[in-house]
Amino acid sequence: MRTWGALLVGQMARLGVDSLPIALFIAAFTGIVLALQASYTFTGAIPLYFVGVLVQKTMILELGPVLTGLTLAGRVGANIAAELGTMRVTEQIDALETLAYDPISYLVVPRLLAGLLMFPVVVAFANAMGVLAGWLTAINLLDLSTPEFVRGLRLFFRPFDVEFSLIKSASFGLVVTAIGCFFGFTTLGGAEAVGRSTTRAVVVSSMLILVLDAFWAAVLL
Amino acid sequence: MIELRGVRKAFGRKVVLEDVTLEVRDGETLAVIGYSGVGKSVLLKTIVGLLHPDAGSVRVDGAEVPALRRAELYELRRRIGYVFQFAALFDSMTVFDNVAMGLRRIGTLAPDEIERRVTDALERVEMAGYEARYPAELSGGQRKRVGLARAVATRPKYLLYDEPTTGLDPVTTTVIDRLIQKMAEELKVTSVVITHDMTSAFRIADRIAMLYHGRIRFVGTPEETGATMDPVVRGFIEGRPELAQGAA
Repeated sequence: MRTWGALLVGQMARLGVDSLPIALFIAAFTGIVLALQASYTFTGAIPLYFVGVLVQKTMILELGPVLTGLTLAGRVGANIAAELGTMRVTEQIDALETLAYDPISYLVVPRLLAGLLMFPVVVAFANAMGVLAGWLTAINLLDLSTPEFVRGLRLFFRPFDVEFSLIKSASFGLVVTAIGCFFGFTTLGGAEAVGRSTTRAVVVSSMLILVLDAFWAAVLL
Repeated sequence: MIELRGVRKAFGRKVVLEDVTLEVRDGETLAVIGYSGVGKSVLLKTIVGLLHPDAGSVRVDGAEVPALRRAELYELRRRIGYVFQFAALFDSMTVFDNVAMGLRRIGTLAPDEIERRVTDALERVEMAGYEARYPAELSGGQRKRVGLARAVATRPKYLLYDEPTTGLDPVTTTVIDRLIQKMAEELKVTSVVITHDMTSAFRIADRIAMLYHGRIRFVGTPEETGATMDPVVRGFIEGRPELAQGAA
């Protein structure tokens, strides 16, 4: 606790706060596209306020967590694998050991906890941004008023949707950071090996995010 | 005292250390020489517990290193300073923070005491004034000196140097050699220096050991080393591998 406690805040800022701009950017355009595609699909047959339903449900249950997770697999997972891989091949991890630091406590634990705690926060903001972008699109580009959009938002909303979204995100955070740490720690060789570890970390954590996505849907919905 | 008895270490099918028996006496500087890839660094890493031998005994101050529990191993490592071949400085930290890392780990030192010890360590290696620099802003020789400062800051009993002069120009090599001698004299540390630079070995060592084909081939004072007729040792010293051909 004494080793990783002080490092946790820094990792939370790095993994979470610094990831917000890219996560919000992606969520904003996802919200816009969802609103436009819903309107295109619903034309005539389904009342247009269902745009709100689709934006809210899709964003919170699926696209918010999964798109953010995949983005952070690239940003955070690659960063961790490259950083720890470089530390491994330049003997910085050995140096930590000789200075009587436990590399797991010093390097891995703060990153795992930061991923577990901060991915849900980033996803919560992304969900909100997606819905906000969907609303702005609906009232500006579609023939929809704010009360109609909000009606759609509230129609099938269940508080559990948010819990589901955040549980999923926490598991994604754990997987992305754990896989990044694993491939970084087990890097053997030089610069080429660091590149290989980084690629593997992104590919494996992206695949696991999709597997976990299906797992949580089967277990919790 | 550091004692290795019958140490064996293999990586897969490649046996690096076959049967290494070696003693490092308190207060001495022992240079371990040998061709590249014979396992000199592996030998050093087994002493500090970074690698576990497959067989044999590695004792530091009577403690069997491979058998130590994690807490005991970390306690032992506080008595051992390790200078890495390419310094292994933490590149996200300043020189000050690099040198302070081991001191902060002790946990009982006040910030002003840590600052005093960091300043003292950097002055010893003539790197005072570089506290705010990052490793990327230093030359190879400066990085090695900071690595040495980091190793001595905790006032260890033992200093292990992994090829401290590799890749340095002759002048910087002399500077590092003098620092190694200075640390031995001023701090009374027991040193093990891995090197294949014979000029350095003759300059700094009280004794020289040669690692060859996974065993200690020869141990002696610099004078004995210079006078030995062992063809393997002579071949290495004189840079004439043909002398070693046919030797057992």
